[in-house]
Amino acid sequence: MSLSVGVVRFPGTNCETETVRALGSTLADARVELLDHRRGDLADLDAVVLPGGFSYGDYLRAGAIAARAPIGAAVRRFAAAGGVVVGICNGFQQLQELGLLPGALIRNRTLRFFCGDVHLRPEGRPSAVTCELDRGAVYRIPVAHGEGCFWAEDEDLKRLEDRGQIVLRYCDAQGVVDDGANPNGSLGQVAGVANEGGNVVGMMPHPERNADRLTGNGDGRVFFRSLAAFCAGGAR
Amino acid sequence: MSYRAHIQVTCRPGVLDPEGKAVKEALERLGFAGVGRTRVGKLIEIDLDAADETAAGQTVERMCTELLAHPVVERYSYHLEPRDAEAGEP
Repeated sequence: MSLSVGVVRFPGTNCETETVRALGSTLADARVELLDHRRGDLADLDAVVLPGGFSYGDYLRAGAIAARAPIGAAVRRFAAAGGVVVGICNGFQQLQELGLLPGALIRNRTLRFFCGDVHLRPEGRPSAVTCELDRGAVYRIPVAHGEGCFWAEDEDLKRLEDRGQIVLRYCDAQGVVDDGANPNGSLGQVAGVANEGGNVVGMMPHPERNADRLTGNGDGRVFFRSLAAFCAGGAR
Repeated sequence: MSYRAHIQVTCRPGVLDPEGKAVKEALERLGFAGVGRTRVGKLIEIDLDAADETAAGQTVERMCTELLAHPVVERYSYHLEPRDAEAGEP
């Protein structure tokens, strides 16, 4: 069965090419296409990826204008019908702006744009980017953002934890989750969050930037394999 | 009627505002004494036509909740100023 994945490009998106490439190289039988932000229907797809970048120049708030583009309503309907929607970096911000994921991503605690490798640990419920990851393993993935500090009210954060919706946290190379390994000040070292169904997931790190041995150890590949496994219903 | 809405969007209390903190520290470095809580936000000015001030207020309220302010981390306030549409800017 061939998997059909759409990667959305807004004005200012700049990670769509490597995201398409990473999906294509990781998932041999997937059909991967770029989607225009004016598109209104996604029904023929298995999954939609909102890639990183600076959609609409990050005007107003990162992801705010993109979430109100025509494709925004289509993504909301697609997700409500159980479709897999993955947001990476700016895509994560867009999913929050769409109201599909809780919390907000605010200015990094340091006020600096941070670009570099971080370590991640999966936890929580099986999700469309983590279901194939090994629990207890540590994954090295690049981040590059100025507004990646995850914030939610205390009770909302607690509810996310209780329901297993926190699916990735920043940790050190040994897998210890503590504030020293936190690149942006995120509450609870949160790097990735899923909705209750696990079909909508946002993550700040960029797995597409480490999906090829040319650019790292290839740790990003399993995130895309998770997407395929989740679509196939094989989430473990 | 034509109105100018002055909309202020700021961080909600309790939300980390590193920009406000950086501004406060810079003011202190410049020698300003007694600088307390400092928050940085946005000011958005929108000219709009509406039947009356109530209608204009309702529209601005919807603009704020649907786009201009992020409900999780920001709050907003605004005031409306009647303006002579013929006069143009400012």
